Amino acid sequence: MITLYDFELSGNCYKLRLLMSILNLPYDIVPVDFFPGRQHKADWFLRLNPFGQLPVLKDDDLVLSDSGAILAYLAKKYDTSGLWFPDDPAITAEVLRWHAVADDITSTSSAARLALGYDYNFNIEKSQRGAHRIFRLMDEHLWFGEKAGRDWLCSPAHPTTADIACFPYVMLSEEGGISRQDYPALRRWTDRVRRIPGFTVMSGIFPAGPAKVD
Amino acid sequence: MPQAPDPITRNLWHVVAATDELPIGLVETTLLLDTRLALTRGSDGEPVVWLRTDEENGDEIDADSVLERLPVRTAYGYTWTCLGTPDAELFPIPEFAEPDRVNMSCGSIGIHVSAPRAVENFLDMGHFPYVHTDILGSEPHTEVKEYDVEVSEERDEVLATKCRFIQPMAAKSAVGAMEVEYVYRVPHPFCSVLYKSCPEDETRRDVIGIFLQPMTEERCRAHLLQSMIDSTSTITDLRRFQQTIFGQDKPILENQYPKKLPLDPRSETPIRADKSAIAYRRWLSQKGITYGVIPQAS
Repeated sequence: MITLYDFELSGNCYKLRLLMSILNLPYDIVPVDFFPGRQHKADWFLRLNPFGQLPVLKDDDLVLSDSGAILAYLAKKYDTSGLWFPDDPAITAEVLRWHAVADDITSTSSAARLALGYDYNFNIEKSQRGAHRIFRLMDEHLWFGEKAGRDWLCSPAHPTTADIACFPYVMLSEEGGISRQDYPALRRWTDRVRRIPGFTVMSGIFPAGPAKVD
Repeated sequence: MPQAPDPITRNLWHVVAATDELPIGLVETTLLLDTRLALTRGSDGEPVVWLRTDEENGDEIDADSVLERLPVRTAYGYTWTCLGTPDAELFPIPEFAEPDRVNMSCGSIGIHVSAPRAVENFLDMGHFPYVHTDILGSEPHTEVKEYDVEVSEERDEVLATKCRFIQPMAAKSAVGAMEVEYVYRVPHPFCSVLYKSCPEDETRRDVIGIFLQPMTEERCRAHLLQSMIDSTSTITDLRRFQQTIFGQDKPILENQYPKKLPLDPRSETPIRADKSAIAYRRWLSQKGITYGVIPQAS
């Protein structure tokens, strides 16, 4: 049985809820009071993850941390289609490359959100600038992708865990004062992610409207 | 330069922190009415608030060394201060003292909108099915039924009663959909308290407070209070429920334009469901509040 140590307003926790919803995987939630209770720094939590970060996922006796690593684990273990974390070496590298971008989005877009909303002592302007730089690169990548018939961050004709990993803190960027107005291809991609069968929301992220039918 | 707050706003008690979350012996910084504040707690646990100069967040400090202090009071788990001459009393929430209630802060969350916009959103039931889908409302039960609103002269507060709504999951303790009755109070220009039917005990009401700290005219911090009748949920569960709701409101609030609340009745078009909002706007106008609002042209 899978147990997720979870905070509702965390985009990193939401990545796992989202993939498990898409894969139709049942799981239990143990709520962790990240804010204001700072339970992720409590002794009992540090025994699960000495780095003191959410999320943590337990699968029977196996304890895992880091959202990107857990996405890969869940896909490799439970996605019978093999599409979400493909075995092909070149595509694995592409996916992991975007997992790293997702961490950069966390350290910029999510940092700005934590500073403005949750009183964290991060440099707001620097975080916002960093997020804009990443969003510009993503927008270009996705725009050229659309021209070439590629809808997702990686080259396969279907979404991968790369899309799941990058999605939440792109969607929550406005809470960090980072507008997505100048990134139309990025916005179209967020709509496509929100139309993946099994998609689920978190607080602060609303479902997409229906796609245009030609 | 920000404009100076109106005298009514300046003399109010304003919430600045959840008292238990203020570190003892360390500085926390915040903003109130465009004014930089520093806060800490002494070894006796009592909060101390003063005008910030060169203090930084996390600096070590001995509260006893702070001589020039702002007035402070603690109420409902929160620390309140005033930049002017405060009233003797803060509005009452008598339920808070009932011994079997679970009282808790649910986090102090910054929002990029004026404090009055956040109060008004708190009063609105019309958005429940669309923003809090499958929790506080669901289609097709979207109607806001007729309710009563009055301004109590004696208590100087806006009061909305007989508000009813069908809610799929009214509280953490709910086990199914129920028609919930709400009473809303606005006992302070930037604070509201709601009473809603309690799933666990039909004779009593859960109490949820939202206390807004106006940081600037277009930014505030929402300090959330829950005072619940719930014998089974943990504090973590109860906080999570409230934060889920608030997290859904946040992007909606931050997309409101203008960020200040317009008080001119012709500036936005109300519907019947907005009766309490209309009374709130009129009450602010009559009080002479100009901070965080667009006053009616005289």
